[in-house]
Amino acid sequence: MNLINLFRKKGSAPVARDRLQILLAHERTSTGRSDLVDRLREEILEVIKKHVAVDSDKVRVKMERGEAVSTLDIDIEIPTAISGKPDLATAAAKLAEMARTPEKAKATDKKSAAA
Amino acid sequence: MAKVLVVTSGKGGVGKTTSTAALGAALAQRKQKVVVVDFDVGLRNLDLIMGAERRVVYDLIDVVQGEAKLAQALIRDKRLDNLSLLPASQTKDKDALTADGVAKVVGELREQFDWVICDSPAGIERGATLAMRHADVAVIVTNPEVSSVRDSDRIIGLLDSKTEKAEKGERIEKKLLLTRYDPARAARAEMLKIEDVLEILSIPLLGVIPESQEVLRASNLGTPVTLASPQSAPARAYAEAARRLGGETVTMSVISDKKSLFGRFFSRRAA
Repeated sequence: MNLINLFRKKGSAPVARDRLQILLAHERTSTGRSDLVDRLREEILEVIKKHVAVDSDKVRVKMERGEAVSTLDIDIEIPTAISGKPDLATAAAKLAEMARTPEKAKATDKKSAAA
Repeated sequence: MAKVLVVTSGKGGVGKTTSTAALGAALAQRKQKVVVVDFDVGLRNLDLIMGAERRVVYDLIDVVQGEAKLAQALIRDKRLDNLSLLPASQTKDKDALTADGVAKVVGELREQFDWVICDSPAGIERGATLAMRHADVAVIVTNPEVSSVRDSDRIIGLLDSKTEKAEKGERIEKKLLLTRYDPARAARAEMLKIEDVLEILSIPLLGVIPESQEVLRASNLGTPVTLASPQSAPARAYAEAARRLGGETVTMSVISDKKSLFGRFFSRRAA
């Protein structure tokens, strides 16, 4: 009897809180909340695909809900070179080439002369 | 501009209809034009809580199907001039409630009222998603109890994905209304504390409605608790929540009507 009373004194609310926190952390990843994340993932992928070739498996979108703010974590892995579609590597190469054109070269010459 | 508010919870019996009636009346008392809309087709009860059950002629589905004009279905409250009720149908098939029909009715209500308060049915089925569909603000009614908190979390997920605002990539405003709260039991760790529920659901708090006998009394009388006993603790708590909805900053406190010395001390200090 005394033992039961001792347990009662401690209160059951902390148990409720802990159970909920564990349960909801699990449920948020498997239901409801993932809806938005799925949609975001698809739409982000669409936009990226317009410009860069990416593997759909290499896009991760994660939502983390905090007390004051929630964060959306987007992780996209972009291959350095894939033939056929323009990618970051070719874009970078184009930029480098542009920098080497005569006009640009003159401009830099002038700057260095002024200095 | 009109605001569409949905009162929702997932779980049944936590106080959605009571809160719809009380907040609606409190806003109307503040000179706002308010309509409360019952979305619980087949299990309507808002008419009963508002004391208008014998005045229902046409309902939401009649308006959706074009069998009645909106003005014919709206029931004006006998106590407050600027408070109206749009009842749900008790007998018709709930599939008659279509997305397009609801959009049209809510659109018309927006033009006539300052506040359109949609009383959602329990659950996460079509009735509940239609009730939240056009909302600008969602009031999530939650009891400090595990199953209610879990269901609220689920509803928050739906609000973030199935509403018009969410689909447009906008944010729907979500606010927690904690009902049937007993500060004494929470202090003894017998009940989840306000902070516990806020931490778990992580949405802002609209108000805390204390557990009170006045709520049952008001429903017996068919009068929103804010009108039945305006000085009671739940009525004052609802009135404060209504002021917050209106954009006022009101210091949060747990209003208590316990006549104990401790209760008085606490409520005075909190106020």
